[in-house]
Amino acid sequence: MVLPALLPILLLSAGPLLYGIGLAFTDSQSGRTEPTEWIGLLNFRDLRHDTLFWESFRVGLVWAVGVTVPQFLLGLGLALLLSQDLRMRWLARTLAIVPWAMPEVVVGIMWRLVYHSDAGILNETLRDLRLGDGSDWLAGLSTALPAVIVVGVWAGLPQVTVALLAGLQNVPRELREAAAVDGAGAWRRFRTVTWPAIRPIALAISALSFIWNLNSFALVYVLTSGGPGGRTRLPMLFAYEEAFRYGQFGYAAAMGCVLVAVVSVLLAVYLVGRLRGADQ
Amino acid sequence: MPRRGRRRAARAGQYLALLGYLVFLAFPLLWLLSTAFKPPTELATLHPTWLPERPTLDNFRRAFDEQPLLRAAGNSLLTAGCAAAVSVLIATPMAYVMARHRSALSRAATGWVVVSQAFPFVLVIIPLFLILKEFRLIDEPAGLVLVYVVWSLPFALWMLAGYVRAVPRELEEAAAVDGAGRLRTLVSVTAPLLAPGIVATALFTFITAWNEFFFALVLLKSPEKQTMPVVLTHFIGTEGVADLGPLAAAALLATLPSLVLFAFIQRRITGGLLAGAVKH
Repeated sequence: MVLPALLPILLLSAGPLLYGIGLAFTDSQSGRTEPTEWIGLLNFRDLRHDTLFWESFRVGLVWAVGVTVPQFLLGLGLALLLSQDLRMRWLARTLAIVPWAMPEVVVGIMWRLVYHSDAGILNETLRDLRLGDGSDWLAGLSTALPAVIVVGVWAGLPQVTVALLAGLQNVPRELREAAAVDGAGAWRRFRTVTWPAIRPIALAISALSFIWNLNSFALVYVLTSGGPGGRTRLPMLFAYEEAFRYGQFGYAAAMGCVLVAVVSVLLAVYLVGRLRGADQ
Repeated sequence: MPRRGRRRAARAGQYLALLGYLVFLAFPLLWLLSTAFKPPTELATLHPTWLPERPTLDNFRRAFDEQPLLRAAGNSLLTAGCAAAVSVLIATPMAYVMARHRSALSRAATGWVVVSQAFPFVLVIIPLFLILKEFRLIDEPAGLVLVYVVWSLPFALWMLAGYVRAVPRELEEAAAVDGAGRLRTLVSVTAPLLAPGIVATALFTFITAWNEFFFALVLLKSPEKQTMPVVLTHFIGTEGVADLGPLAAAALLATLPSLVLFAFIQRRITGGLLAGAVKH
């Protein structure tokens, strides 16, 4: 009963993935007339010497860490804040869904308008405060990556906050109140009562958002297309160009496999976090 | 007294933090809104104002003149609508079986759902591209719908399984005791209770597809077939130079459908889904 029901999903979602991994060991190219051949580890050997790929890999890691860490810290602070009895809480909660529902392309366009060198609000504000006069944030060699990281944080913050808010609902109120009566300060209460209760969710959401960030494409594609000079060329952008501009399917699939290897480790962290969470 | 003072200071700090969050969240949105209603003269200046001084709807008219927005919206509506319908149609019976017959296999399928969300989509799109090419479905909306179904199926399945589990088994058993057949029970007892969950899942799939960019970029080459997010990027010229007013206006319009739909299902998603996704 269960197997026939689940067969379609296995075929439809596991099939292409396995096919994709298989392609990494072939010389598959778009528009080639002769049949594709099995070439073993050749793609991976080439990849090892591909400095551009490792550069994009480095950019990808900086981006993923740079987005995930502030996202988590800000998200945690916000979740704690929004679980308090504050007056404007509803407004913050309502507004928070907007970045979440927006197409990534629109988020990218919106921030291009903010960062615009002449007509952007960021530079105008800096000019008003006499702090600068019109940098082109997304085109500067040293500013481009930090600039896109800020956008990444903005775009993903709601999901992280909401997940952590959901986790906070697990914290037994009596326990917190008891701790307060016992005279425990805010930090002690957080460390001994709140954190242990939300730890599994915190672990899971950080692993997941790191993975999502490592795989992201649309946002940075719209903001910089990977420029200037590859400073924001995330691995996915590199693989996209390799596959669909240069037609190197096998080679791009090998890049995907390297990413999968990294993601698998994190996925293990996530699954362990989930299992621990289920135990409690 | 010092204790009360400290508490008051803490409160003030909390409100300050909340204000900071609201500003960070709202200022790009307000800027997008403001830019969309500014006449060209106010956009060309080196000292932009926060609000348009002479607000105009001209940008919206020009947006429709510059790019085939209506056709793009139609294309998006068609692909996202079909993807949502097909996903739900396939996933509902599967989810029912999975939720009602808990076995090692259905647990493995749930695990697969998590795993499938984490893989880089370049590894999925290359094989799908080759398969679609085989069936001459590249540059066809049907091909894109197929990809969206494959992409969203695991998650739709997951959401729906959660809704099935929320329908008490006892209700079905009671119907069976009353002499209703299996099909009769499903149609007159389970289906009505499941309907809100099916709608929420369909809406979620619709929004995901409406916002999706990468697959649409890769698969649809003819301008007259492209979906909204891809057409939006045409407003940013090849040199990265954009006509800011129409760009902002079009971006705003593209966000409205998903924002409205998201508002409908937001409570369900934030309440149940994300908590479930992280905790299960």
